[in-house]
Amino acid sequence: MTTDMPGARSFGPLPHPGEPGPQPLLQVDGVTLQYKTEKHLVTATYRVSFDVYKADRFVVLGPSGCGKSTLLKAAGGYMAPTEGSMRLKGVRIGEPGPDRVFVFQEFDQLLPWKTVKQNVTFALQSSRKMRGRAAEEQAMRYIEKVNLGKFANSYPHTLSGGMKQRVAIARALAMEPDILLMDEPFAALDALTRRRMQEELLRLWADTHFTVLFVTHSIPEAVLIGNRILLMSPHPGQVKGELNSAGDDPVDPVSGRKLSDRIHEMLFADRVEEQEVVPHG
Amino acid sequence: MADTRFAVPRPEAGLPPVRAEYVKDVVAGQDMGVVQAPLTIWQRLANQGWLRKLLLLAAIALTWEIYAQQLNNALLVPTFSATLDALREGIVSGEIPEKVVSSLQVLLKGYALGLALAMLLTGLAMMSKLGNDLLETLTSAFNPLPAIALLPLALIWFGLGDRSIIFVLVHSVLWAVALNTHSGFRSVSNTLRMVGRNYGLRGPRLIARVLIPAAFPSILTGLKIGWAFAWRTLIAAELVFGVSSGRGGLGWYIYEHKNMLDIPAVFAGLFAVILIGLIVENLIFRNIEAATVRRWGMQS
Repeated sequence: MTTDMPGARSFGPLPHPGEPGPQPLLQVDGVTLQYKTEKHLVTATYRVSFDVYKADRFVVLGPSGCGKSTLLKAAGGYMAPTEGSMRLKGVRIGEPGPDRVFVFQEFDQLLPWKTVKQNVTFALQSSRKMRGRAAEEQAMRYIEKVNLGKFANSYPHTLSGGMKQRVAIARALAMEPDILLMDEPFAALDALTRRRMQEELLRLWADTHFTVLFVTHSIPEAVLIGNRILLMSPHPGQVKGELNSAGDDPVDPVSGRKLSDRIHEMLFADRVEEQEVVPHG
Repeated sequence: MADTRFAVPRPEAGLPPVRAEYVKDVVAGQDMGVVQAPLTIWQRLANQGWLRKLLLLAAIALTWEIYAQQLNNALLVPTFSATLDALREGIVSGEIPEKVVSSLQVLLKGYALGLALAMLLTGLAMMSKLGNDLLETLTSAFNPLPAIALLPLALIWFGLGDRSIIFVLVHSVLWAVALNTHSGFRSVSNTLRMVGRNYGLRGPRLIARVLIPAAFPSILTGLKIGWAFAWRTLIAAELVFGVSSGRGGLGWYIYEHKNMLDIPAVFAGLFAVILIGLIVENLIFRNIEAATVRRWGMQS
């Protein structure tokens, strides 16, 4: 799928590690995204294509302002592509829906007027996925999974940043969505907490093998979290390539360089361009 | 300022002094004297805001009593004790409670109608850009207009009676509540809206389950301001034509006793106005706040 892109070169063995199904789960095909600011029409991404398979930890990596967050919003259904298509299980993505659950970077994604448990049941009930006892049991199961059982009845404002993000992850996982959309979920955390959260996410993945589309601008995070890393060029974002990762940042036998170094080189080869980019959300 | 603590060798120009390293043991908690001890009863009492305020009020009452006794002119300033007597008399005779009930009935009608209209207006503003413009234009035009200034007009339109008062009450409640609710909705973070939509909430369900609770601090502020405006407006309006509504309210009670030169009763009426204002503010709204926005950490 990726080899037909212009200028695509393969690094190392291409076959997918986790048994890919015959059909990709999420197909992004030639997607151009544009949005309007007060004075300009901005092109965020230009003809981006990639496929996400079931149980992928698919990381979209790129410098600030490369349109990766916008891409994720489009996958969430919050904006429509001006060109190209996005399909989930073969169905074109329209409105936002509970089959694609978002985890945001901002701590205020939790409803402050609901306790930890109520935040999770809110999601289950609002989406009409579950109600009553079943919703509560499901909520508690996932709150336990992120080790917040003791805080089930706490209000979000009493929790630390890392705990809030864990609640958001528990809420998203409890929905058992087709795909989890994570928009730099650990970017606002301190370095130590971020490291712990990354490991916790991998532990949770090992547990249930969910599919996640993960946006980040941190190369170490991408190498650690992803099994597949999509590199994007600076603004407007275009695909620069896809790499495989096993999380341990191995030395590539062909080039004799570490994965993270290769990524760094690819991303920042055109550093001058990047500095001219107007950053946006 | 020669300080021996800083008597160290002069450092190289621009560099900090070189100091010896040291390591020492810390004192165990029980050797430190006090680590955590309960405060004395007086210290704890002094920390109680209500007690300090009560003492202040008592001092003011005492000053009033002394001044009024020296002045010795019940027509200008009755003593504090005479005012209390008049208040007790008014309550025992059932006159003040009756006036209070009458006032509150009118107030609640006006308040409820004002809230309903504010909801309608905010709903329109949420649904369309034109509605938004309508709300902004109307509130900026009418918010600065004191409700009582509409009384003469209300008299012509609705005649003497409750309906005129309700009209001005609606005016005093509507704009404050609509303005605050609307700005509350607009300040709901985009992330929260996206979360709501992510879980399939649209239109009225999104408003009810996400926007209203998220905007609740502003809505509550609007309700409080609306209440305060309404209460002031009501008493003022009753002073002007309370008698026409048959029974009349607290404002009329004050006006009536002024005409009879029963000044302690006038003071007693003012007292009742203040008391009800305080009760609503401190009991009702304070408790709503404690159970909602402060519990949720949305307001400290």
